[in-house]
Order: sequence, then structure tokens, then C-alpha cells
Amino acid sequence: MLETRSAPTDSATAITAWTAKDLLDTDTLSLAEIALIMETTEAMSEIRNRPVARVATLRGSTIVTLFYEQSTRTRASFEVAAKALGADVVNLTASGSSVEKGESLIDTVRTLEAIGADVVVMRHGKSGAPYLAARNTKASVINGGDGTHAHPTQALLDLFTMRRHIGDLTGKRVVIVGDVLHSRVARSNVWSLMASGANVVLCGPATLVPRTLHGHSERGSCEVTTNLDSALRGADVVMALRMQKERQDGGLMPSLREYINGYQVNARRLALARPGALVMHPGPMNEGIEIAPEIAHGVASVIEEQVSNGVAVRMAVLYLMTTARRP
Amino acid sequence: MSATPYLGPDEVNRTLRRLGHEIIESNRGTDRLILVGLLSRGYPLAVRLAKAIEEFESVLVPVGSLDIGLYRDDVTRRGAAPHIRPSEIPGDIDGSTIVLVDDVLFTGRSIRAAMDALLDFGRPARVRLAVLIDRGHRELPIRPDFVGKNIPTALVQSVQVRLKEIDGEDGVYVFGEESSNA
Repeated sequence: MLETRSAPTDSATAITAWTAKDLLDTDTLSLAEIALIMETTEAMSEIRNRPVARVATLRGSTIVTLFYEQSTRTRASFEVAAKALGADVVNLTASGSSVEKGESLIDTVRTLEAIGADVVVMRHGKSGAPYLAARNTKASVINGGDGTHAHPTQALLDLFTMRRHIGDLTGKRVVIVGDVLHSRVARSNVWSLMASGANVVLCGPATLVPRTLHGHSERGSCEVTTNLDSALRGADVVMALRMQKERQDGGLMPSLREYINGYQVNARRLALARPGALVMHPGPMNEGIEIAPEIAHGVASVIEEQVSNGVAVRMAVLYLMTTARRP
Repeated sequence: MSATPYLGPDEVNRTLRRLGHEIIESNRGTDRLILVGLLSRGYPLAVRLAKAIEEFESVLVPVGSLDIGLYRDDVTRRGAAPHIRPSEIPGDIDGSTIVLVDDVLFTGRSIRAAMDALLDFGRPARVRLAVLIDRGHRELPIRPDFVGKNIPTALVQSVQVRLKEIDGEDGVYVFGEESSNA
């Protein structure tokens, strides 16, 4: 019992304080910053398991969630995380706010700053919108998903979940299957997974997986393929992406039936992966399309754990950003 | 370390053993006793106290660790967030006797934070405080129950406890100008 301690980090790169104002994507995170977020998440996860899962650390801080697109888990997850740290939370959605009266994004974030927001968690349908917001306010901006671009806290919770089960990700094969083209989750995952040394395999119909994502970093790699069976051989993690029906009017996918035949994660295909491989999904799931129900709820699935870890990751990020040392 | 230690390794060891005796004497044994060390240096001290107590009483008392980062009163004021680590409190603490263990007692603010953190885990019957060094200058009404060594210091001085588990050696050092009546 005394010996259980979270995995030691590379002390040469270890940092103990956060300095960045915003969290917009995982591509700008250093390995040391990722390590700090992971360690802090470990501590937050312990708080989540207490009888009273609440501390008063961020008492007096105000966190605003500003969502221009609908969301269940991300918004609720940030709200629970902020409240668990004792912060005040204000939830705004595009409908029912002055956005409906034509207020610009820049005016909205400036207003929120004037009201006293310390952190603005923002989701927007247009890629890059949180960057524009971040440049125009002194409040910290966390990207809660922008268009088809990035979703950093999802990638961080995925990373945390993988590390909990697998440990060091160096050389591990992580297969992400589905509509990669429209997936901000996949894109943010590629950066943080490659930085952590994983070999990422992106798989889907040729029209839905950009070839340009092929490449490698100092520690990891990313390859692109259209054949799921070969992609899954030796996989340590299989992550199915949601078939985003709302973004499929471009005729990039012939039919759902064809997609299911070629790319559904089912029992036969999962048997090709390494024994004990993790099954993940960022949610919300279309069971029976990108993932078979018996797999989504099977023994290899850590999908519910992802949701729970999401709260701990967001607590860590909110804590680090609210208390950051600003230049 | 080039400076001469205020306490050397043998003195640290003897002091800890005496504290172990005092704790079991005051608790009248090891019944419902839990040692909780503050991270970082209180924790290895708590582990060593437990080892000493095991030697005297042939009972291994549970040891926990407590991170007080989230309970500090200066988190949002300091500008640099304390590094947060998981706490590990063994089992149910309701009705137990908790001895908080820390290396240096100074302003008392860490202990205030530790009590808040601890009480989030349950309702112990009593909480005691054991410190290796008491250097004075309290800012809160807090007093230790078990003290290894009182070291009178000036505010400008600093006291550093070094432990094998973390620093590779045992020793207590006092740095800075001594005040005239120290």
C-alpha cells in the first residue's frame, strides 16, 4: 500500500508550474506539460473517489462555459469539474444569449471577461473560433471543441485512460477508426499520442481519412490506412469515432451499410487486436454503426471510464490554468 | 551539503525513536492509531516512525500520505500553483487517532491546511501533531503534541530537513544570519 505511487516522470523534463494562458490544442503542449497534466489528473482522480468529492481551492474563481454547439458530456463534465474545485460556474449557450441578437464572438468574450470570468470554456462549430476568442481576452480560454479542428481535453482524457491501463505508450499501437476527416477528437489525439511515443494508425474509407496526416515525430508515428483488418493486427488500443451524420452531406460516404461492412468495430475484428486491447469511443455512440453493442459494453470497453476520467482531467486543467504563473 | 548540520544522521534517528515512544505512550499503545505524513518530507518520517513503533510494539500501524496543495490559503495568490499529488489515507479514519507528521513546524498554515484536507476523509476521534523540528513564529493558534527538537530561529533564517529517501542523506540544517539571542 505504501509503495503505490503514480508512475515517475522523466525528471529531466519535469516542470511543476503551468504558464500558458490558454489550452487550444494538444499540438503546442510540451512533453513536460503533458506530464504535469497527467500527474495533476492522478491527484484529482483521487479526490473524485473520496466520500465528499469536493475541495474549495478555486473558491472565488468564475468559470464560464460558452457553447455555440450542443454537447452533453463535455459541458456537464467541465461544470462538475469546476464545482468539485469550488469555483462558480456560469453556463451560456448560443440560443438564449445575446449571440441571438447578433453579438460578435469578440464582444461576447470581452463581456464575459468584464463580468469576471477567469476561464472561458468554449465550443464552436467553426474551426479556429477559440483562437480568435483567446487573442481578444485576458481570460484563459479552453477549447471545448472547435469545428473539425481540435478537442484537447478529450485527447488528454483519452491519454490518461490509456496510460492507466497500459502505462508507458512508447511503441504501442493505437488504431483510430472512422470519420477522421471530420474528427477534432482524432486530430488532437494524434498530437498527444505521438508526443507520448505511440504509433497511431488512422483508418477509414479513403474519402474520410486525410493522407496528409501521415508522418512521424521524434518519439511516435502516424500512419494512414483504409484496411481495418490489417490495421487492427497487434493493436493495443482501438478507438472508434462517431459517424457524424450531421457532417455527411458532402457525399463522401457511399452508404451506412457499406461503412458498417468495412469499418464497424465488432467481435470478429477485435479478435485481431492484441489480447486485452482497450476499446474506446469519445461518445456519443451510434451503436450498431461504428461499434457493435456487445463490444461497446464488453469487457474490453473503457468507454464509461473515459467519461469519468474526463472530469478528473478537466479538474486538472482548470486548476492549472486558474492558478498559472502569468508572465 | 558542505555546511555543518544542526542535527546529524544519528541524532535524527534517535529523535525519531524518542518520538515513536512518546506517541505510543500518549496513545497507550497502538490501538486505532494511524500516522499521516504530509507530502513530501512528512511522509517518509511517518514511515520511519511506524517502523520504530513496530520494533517496540510488534504492531505495524497504518501510514497514510496527505497532499495539502489544494487546501493552502495562498493557492490563487502565490501565482505559481503548488504541484498536486494524490493523497493516500488507509481505510476508514472515523473514530481513529490520527497523528499528523511533518518535518518543520513554522507558521502553522500547512497544518491548518492538513487538518482541512484530513477532515474531508472522515471524522477521526482525535488528531495529534508530531514534528521533527519546531522553529517557532506561529501565525495561527496551532501547537504540536510531539516535538523532536525546538530550534529558536530568526524569521530571516531557513530550516531545511534532508532525508535519505528524498535527498540521499539525513540531517537538519539552519541557514542564514543568526539573531543575537538565538
